[in-house]
Amino acid sequence: MAQVVFEPWNDPKAKPLIQFKGVTKRFGEFTAIDNQTFDIYEREFFALLGPSGCGKTTMMRMLAGFEKPTEGKILLAGQDLAPIPPNKRSVNMMFQSYALFPHLSVWENIAFGLKRDGKPKDVIAARVDEMLKLTRLQQFAKRKPHQISGGQRQRVALARSLAKAPKLLLLDEPLGALDAKLRQATQFELMDIQEKTGTTFVIVTHDQEEAMTVASRVAVMDNGRIIQADTPARIYEMPNSVYVADFIGEVTIIPGTARKSGEGYEIAYAEGMTPLYAETETTFDNGETCHIALRPEKVAISAERPEDRRNAVQGKIIDIAYLGNLSTYHVALPNGQMIKAQTANTRRLSRRGFTWEDTVWLSWTDTAAVLLKG
Amino acid sequence: MRRFALIFLPYAWLLALFLVPFLIVLKISLSDIATAIPPYTPTLDFSQGWQGIRAFFSALDFENFAFLRTDDLYWKSYVSSLQIAALSTLLTLLVGYPIAYGMANAPDHWRPTLMMLVILPFWTSFLIRVYSWMGILSTEGYLNQVLLKIGVISEPLIILNTPTAVYIGIVYTYLPFMILPIYSALERMDGSLLEAAEDLGCSRIKAFWLITVPLSKSGIIAGCFLVFIPVIGEFVIPSLLGGSQTLMIGKVLWEEFFNNRDWPVASAVAVVLLLILIIPIVLFQRNEQKQREAEE
Ligand SMILES: Nc1ncnc2c1ncn2[C@@H]1O[C@H](COP(=O)(O)OP(=O)(O)OP(=O)(O)O)[C@@H](O)[C@H]1O
Ligand SMILES: [Mg+2]
Repeated sequence: MAQVVFEPWNDPKAKPLIQFKGVTKRFGEFTAIDNQTFDIYEREFFALLGPSGCGKTTMMRMLAGFEKPTEGKILLAGQDLAPIPPNKRSVNMMFQSYALFPHLSVWENIAFGLKRDGKPKDVIAARVDEMLKLTRLQQFAKRKPHQISGGQRQRVALARSLAKAPKLLLLDEPLGALDAKLRQATQFELMDIQEKTGTTFVIVTHDQEEAMTVASRVAVMDNGRIIQADTPARIYEMPNSVYVADFIGEVTIIPGTARKSGEGYEIAYAEGMTPLYAETETTFDNGETCHIALRPEKVAISAERPEDRRNAVQGKIIDIAYLGNLSTYHVALPNGQMIKAQTANTRRLSRRGFTWEDTVWLSWTDTAAVLLKG
Repeated sequence: MRRFALIFLPYAWLLALFLVPFLIVLKISLSDIATAIPPYTPTLDFSQGWQGIRAFFSALDFENFAFLRTDDLYWKSYVSSLQIAALSTLLTLLVGYPIAYGMANAPDHWRPTLMMLVILPFWTSFLIRVYSWMGILSTEGYLNQVLLKIGVISEPLIILNTPTAVYIGIVYTYLPFMILPIYSALERMDGSLLEAAEDLGCSRIKAFWLITVPLSKSGIIAGCFLVFIPVIGEFVIPSLLGGSQTLMIGKVLWEEFFNNRDWPVASAVAVVLLLILIIPIVLFQRNEQKQREAEE
């Protein structure tokens, strides 16, 4: 099936739905958002990822209108949002705490926003029923929020924020309270809804797997700044900094100094050890400090030295983390550097080759590692 | 066994402090007035044995209740008490709600102080506080002096010994009973609900009516009953501030007991008052019950 790649951020003609222009938000002395400029496009599923307190909720609250930027401007479809109060924005927010109205039934909660628009009764009823069907809540329509489960409540909150068909939907840790199974089901449900309604989503999450699953682009934040905003694959495979590489997934970071060698660079990481080799598009000066970022699943583990690989190091297994389908081996090199290697557990436990204290060879290809500045 | 103890204790409490006194009052209301100590007959005399008890019961009758119907002072007092209680409850709500709202929205570090200020009047005697209102409201009182001084009025207002003074006294006295339950309902409210309402298209005022008011409903109902129920039987405020114009059943009750020394009629008045009060008390309990269920 031929599919058009959805990458409006690479299309210079595409008009962004949201534009942050030099937005800074201070609370007193404290800078929560630090001079941010970026765009979010229509139909995107934009995920904000970052450690606690990095400013994700603040970003959302500025979009919803509950906080005003201290400096800079936020545009929605080219229109400055600053003078528009929250109740006049075509933006809806699904609150982290759901914020369902406890005195209203599920049906009335979903109808709340529609009624404020003064729509005719039958239009409201039809829309609410549609939302109930979408979130599979039909049989709970008459219940009050305290009479349904946490997952159902979350879906009510979602339905309520979707009901007005906003241009932009903000989801602040929408799946935080759900168990793994339900969370996954809801993630797919969210993507499905997004596909059907064409709404633009901005989602905040602590869970990087969630961000990777649902998002068209992931923005990794730290201390009020977006460090990198890119597709999940590029964030994972081509992080632009040690911070992003370290934040997303498991990684081994090896500091060293680079020296040009053929197509790539030789990286000296410890005295008396053969330098490692990596190919990269970034250019380094000779002797510049750099970091090798190495994903554990790209590191092979073997008893004998593999002949065909330039990057091969010997070490001792210190720890094995058994993850069911995978095992992560923590291997210490003679200089003390730890490297993580991951293998799929295709065989049963008793037949597996390596155990604690074994001396093994680790190897990876020339393009497996990412070479980072700084 | 534990279950039994748990149920038994409150019932024993109820029996000792409510039912027994009530039965005593009921018995007096069925007796006849007498110049004796206590001022009614019959009294139960166990020394006469079975005969005495039979004589005792045969002497009881409903004469006093019948008497309440012959003089329209009584039913007028009941009706007037209910009217005054209803209106002053409404006034207390109108004054109390904004105060509770202000308290609930005040910065956190202010709240204990504000709470203190609401409770503070309880630390002085109720009687003294009502007396001081006499000093404020009388024709030569502080209020008139100030108003005359700043030229708002040219003749002193006559407030004391009018229903207005009674309403002022009641609203002042019972305000904390209105404020506290409403405050506790408002304080429990999650602030993000209002943000959610705004997000969905409500103006602030609309959000107040659609979210804040319904969510403080149980506090409003509790506060109203806490004011309404005792105000019906209120006697100090109407006698000190209301003069002879204000008709309230509490005052009638007092006069029957202490001026006429007619304990049986006074008791009959009290029994009827209690029967009237049972309705709002039951409704109040219902509200509390519903509230508790909603919180589970
Ligand atoms: N109203 C406020 N007054 C002062 N500081 C605030 C206020 N709101 C947020 N902050 C601060 O701004 C920073 C960013 O807060 P924010 O709520 O955006 O974090 P977050 O990224 O959503 O964190 P989490 O993942 O824990 O929800 C935090 O350090 C927080 O303490
Ligand atoms: Mg947050």
